[in-house]
Amino acid sequence: MPPLIKTILLAALLALAMPASAYTLEEFQFDSPAQEAQFRDLISKLRCLVCQNESLAGSQAELAQDLRNEVYRMMRAGQSKDEILDFLVARYGDFVLYDPPLKPSTYVLWFGPFVIIGIAAFFMLRAVLRRKPTGDEDISEAERERLRALLETESAAGTDEPKQAT
Amino acid sequence: MIPELGHFALILALLLAVVQAAFPLAGSLSGNRPWMTMARPLAYGQLTMIAVAFAALTQAFLTSDFSVLYVAEHSNTLLPTIYKISAVWGGHEGSLLLWVLMMAAWGAAVAAFSGNLPLTVVARVISVQGMVAIGFLLFMLLTSNPFERLFPVPPEGRDLNPLLQDPGLAIHPPMLYMGYVGFSVAFAFAVAALIGGRLDAAWARWSRPWTTVAWVFLTIGIMLGSWWAYYELGWGGWWFWDPVENASLMPWLVGTALIHSLAVTEKRAAFKSWTVLLAICAFSLSLLGTFLVRSGVLTSVHAFATDPSRGLFILIFLCIVVGGSLALYAWRAPEVSDGGQFGVVSRESALLGNNLIFVAFTVLVLFGTLAPLIYEAFNWGKISVGFPWFNKMFLALSPFLAVLIGLGPATRWKGDNPMRVLKTLWWALALSIVVLAVSALPLFGHGSLWVPVGLALAAWLFFAHVAIVRERLRNKGGLARMGPAILADLRGSGRSFYGMVTAHVGVAMFVVGVTVLSNDQLEEDVRMSPGDSHELAGYRFEFLGAQPAPGPNYMAQRGEFKVYRGDREVTRLYPEKRAYMGGGMPMTEAAIDPGLFRDIYVSLGEPVGDDGDWALRLYYKPFVRWIWLGAILMALGGVLAVSDPRYRLAGARARKPAADAAAATA
Repeated sequence: MPPLIKTILLAALLALAMPASAYTLEEFQFDSPAQEAQFRDLISKLRCLVCQNESLAGSQAELAQDLRNEVYRMMRAGQSKDEILDFLVARYGDFVLYDPPLKPSTYVLWFGPFVIIGIAAFFMLRAVLRRKPTGDEDISEAERERLRALLETESAAGTDEPKQAT
Repeated sequence: MIPELGHFALILALLLAVVQAAFPLAGSLSGNRPWMTMARPLAYGQLTMIAVAFAALTQAFLTSDFSVLYVAEHSNTLLPTIYKISAVWGGHEGSLLLWVLMMAAWGAAVAAFSGNLPLTVVARVISVQGMVAIGFLLFMLLTSNPFERLFPVPPEGRDLNPLLQDPGLAIHPPMLYMGYVGFSVAFAFAVAALIGGRLDAAWARWSRPWTTVAWVFLTIGIMLGSWWAYYELGWGGWWFWDPVENASLMPWLVGTALIHSLAVTEKRAAFKSWTVLLAICAFSLSLLGTFLVRSGVLTSVHAFATDPSRGLFILIFLCIVVGGSLALYAWRAPEVSDGGQFGVVSRESALLGNNLIFVAFTVLVLFGTLAPLIYEAFNWGKISVGFPWFNKMFLALSPFLAVLIGLGPATRWKGDNPMRVLKTLWWALALSIVVLAVSALPLFGHGSLWVPVGLALAAWLFFAHVAIVRERLRNKGGLARMGPAILADLRGSGRSFYGMVTAHVGVAMFVVGVTVLSNDQLEEDVRMSPGDSHELAGYRFEFLGAQPAPGPNYMAQRGEFKVYRGDREVTRLYPEKRAYMGGGMPMTEAAIDPGLFRDIYVSLGEPVGDDGDWALRLYYKPFVRWIWLGAILMALGGVLAVSDPRYRLAGARARKPAADAAAATA
């Protein structure tokens, strides 16, 4: 492809692609740095519903743009963080929250791992601390000797001719 | 013709794998020596066949042979040569081919460097690797053949995913796979030991270097992935707890537990059956990660290649591997005595604590990753589990781990006097309390309590290890002579000790990086006209405008910035916004001025208005490099530990003739 056509083609592509492109928050005006920080924190903990696991803070999708505007509008209207979250959960369900609150439906999420860790720890400690009545207490002298011999002569054993004529 | 050759080589590799899985193992059980000696040549043959297939696919990419479906989907004539090569593993089929290539390479390495192992062990290990290879080769040939033809042949290919057109991502998957697949060696050693019914310190010593090497690769692989996400995704994050990231973290966590528990098994012949279980888990989690990533059951920002029908195959394969090895474990492990008593204050106890915490971490990651699926399966509603949940859970456990890392190496095996440990560590403890107090002063204005805690823990980790090194060299002169003493020690038997110290200091660096970055980073979104200046964290960013800049297969808008600190120009930055010919979302190429104590990071948002204005993101990222430097130190520690003469990995072959000669004289 001649370079000129290539460039024109690419420029056209670029122009087409631009509207869906990355956003920034420069269009949002805040009263204070604290308010801006709160806004950033809020959108980073909300999920972009149509994306592959991206937060509202990271997403370039149009829906994310709409939701960001919505959150911004509510915040400017003086609504608290909890009010905003409640509104979004009522509309989209818990799925929108990256930081699910502690409530009966999320008990499994918050406590479940610790139950599993407890069970795992039990079996692990049993495996490690279990002692057979006849179990060797330590590496015995004989065992140590056998291991030493094994590690010393391992190269001889590893060759294709195992039996050494003596 | 050449693609068919590659396909044929893959089929031959499968046949070889069947022979490899059956004969050496059967030989080791029946004492048939010729069958056992087949193991090594078979491992080399396997590698040769898969290398031929890999070369064939690479050739198809280099010549832009779009009659191969996979090439047509992942390449393009305009693609630079280096990305034509990395595109070989840019999609599902090719990454599987890379996976089996590496598995075969590990198999051949075991064959080549195991001259000092008994033949029965080598035969069994290589057989088990053959079994795993059967699974993957069948998977490829049945569901994901990279050599599938396409007719009619398209004149031009689709492009490689633009996100992957980056040097970091060209080497990230190979590193990661080396780690994943490397655990198959630990797995094979464990299963071989279970088959033989002999789990002893010798087994631990043999599998330990292999496990450490795999762990080193995985560490580097994860680090590269994190670094890549940081500069390529344009939002400056280094970890998002995304399912794909978690999939690589789980084997790493278990692998870290494993290398520590192997130490106990080697030194004290304790934890034996537990260590075997960990080795099985590490590889099983690698497979689970592959399943999660490849099947598309989880939504991920990094899901490059998903297909549910393939998921089923991996799920069945996973069940066979996990079920089979656990059944073998349940059958054989009870016969193993877990000898080696130890006191409450002992190295064993500390390592037990380490293992407990790493297992807990793994459970957390696994549970958090799968929780959305669990909730959906039980009809409990749709939920999202994101970074806030993972951060809270990890923060709850990490401080205990940090304390333990300092205590463990200072404690003696079998049993120790707490006062003696305290005598070694008291000044490290004192210094970290000083760090805690000083950094908590309102003067530094850290809003969060986590900053002083994190810094104090890092100080504890660092000074505790200085104290531990001093204790080791107690009889070799004071602080002034420490340098030469360490060098002498390194030439002697100290490598694995210093490897441990290096890795633990890496943890300290990592803790500093995470603590400072997450509390003190700054981010601002601004609209700037050419000629405008904006100040952030004491740096003044002057925007000189953005110009079109054509690339080989994309068109870019290239911004130019001068960054000043006071009147001094610090650097110039050129962030880009690229639209690739192949289409898709435009890519942000952030411009970064890296530094040991801070990164300055600029990325282009979008053009605003008609006067050349741009919406921009400016970041100030303090200590972000410490996160990756910490990971690099951990990996270096692993390399140092493996080079310890007692493993004689590289020296095995050299020693062989000498030992033979000795045997002959006897």
